[in-house]
Amino acid sequence: MADASAKQVLFEPIFSNNPIALQILGICSALAVTTSMNVTLVMCMAVISVTAFSNLAVSLVRTQIPGSIRIIVQMTIIASLVIVVDQVLKAFAYEISKQLSVFVGLIITNCIVMGRAEGFAMKNGPWLSFLDGVGNGMGYSVLLIFVAFFRELLGAGSLFGVSLMPVVNEGGWYVPNGLLLLPPSAFFIIGLAIWGLRTWKPEQVEEPDYKMSRHTAKEAF
Amino acid sequence: MEHYISLILKAIFVENMALAFFLGMCTFLAISKKIEAAVGLGIAVVVVLTVTVPVNNLLYNSVLREGALGWAGLPNVDLSFLGLLTYIGVIAAIVQIMEMVLDKYIPALYAALGVFLPLITVNCAILGASLFMVERDYTFGESVVYGFGAGVGWALAIVALAGIREKLKYSDVPDGLRGLGITFITVGLMSLGFMSFSGISL
Repeated sequence: MADASAKQVLFEPIFSNNPIALQILGICSALAVTTSMNVTLVMCMAVISVTAFSNLAVSLVRTQIPGSIRIIVQMTIIASLVIVVDQVLKAFAYEISKQLSVFVGLIITNCIVMGRAEGFAMKNGPWLSFLDGVGNGMGYSVLLIFVAFFRELLGAGSLFGVSLMPVVNEGGWYVPNGLLLLPPSAFFIIGLAIWGLRTWKPEQVEEPDYKMSRHTAKEAF
Repeated sequence: MEHYISLILKAIFVENMALAFFLGMCTFLAISKKIEAAVGLGIAVVVVLTVTVPVNNLLYNSVLREGALGWAGLPNVDLSFLGLLTYIGVIAAIVQIMEMVLDKYIPALYAALGVFLPLITVNCAILGASLFMVERDYTFGESVVYGFGAGVGWALAIVALAGIREKLKYSDVPDGLRGLGITFITVGLMSLGFMSFSGISL
């Protein structure tokens, strides 16, 4: 049982309970950092490590935290981890950390981290919480990489900075779709991705707030 | 004066927190089903932003910035790496105080905001505004105006979205797209609309 639930905790968030598509968490950065694959991958690694270790740490001290100040305690743990990640990025991947600019700092306010700390780690043991953090981080990454793939491929004709479809400006044939590098496209892609995911897993479809009643009178024709 | 007016207009429309920088998206999407709740949350965000940005500005300029501790005889200390921790601490403290005040004096609003009031702490718009304030080196006066403007812009966007969603629930949306999916597409279209402001230079 322990094994099965550990596996469940790790893999459930990837598709069945995706943090972005179903729990509405962590969307902010999903949109802003997805213009190129390189940046996105680094961001994903950063988020996975922060969610995993913050869940672990919060879960370790969960019995010691008084309820009324729990948010500040959680924030402090998360913020310290993000500062570590930020410093590591600045030391070893300076170029990419410049491109990510404020968004590394914004991992702190990424609702996935906080939401999982509050919703899962406060109630479960350290090991399960750690796995939950990794799982949710991966669920986030899957969607992020999906969005970045389309945005970079169609918006710039390249992947990981390597040109796959030579663009017209450089003498190729592909006319890049500039819209995909602009903010709104990210919303459209995520919207469509959610549509696809829910068609595949129909149990995620939301209940309508309002149902149209059937026509009862015969139309005049 | 003119400078402040252009700053506030820029913060509200051109650099709209929600639609141009994607900040505060989680609450933006989750709480925009009803106009009343959206208005309440919008007000909460305006208040929190107007308070936290100037407070963080003071902290940054008098404690964290390189050489800012000169008055204490420590001219070479650079604490700016502690920035993230400080800002979020200030924000969390202010949100918690607001939670207690609302619980005591305006219980109806407290109940309406529910779990999302604590989540204002993790509303990226709040931290984002503080980070932008530091990055752009605003003075104290500017930071008050910027905090207020950013909050109003965000509130405007969420109320507009709530209005659209209230109408949207009567439309016949394909099954898989219902709820979150169509909301994303709506926000995309709104963001496309707001991009027309980006040509304005103030």
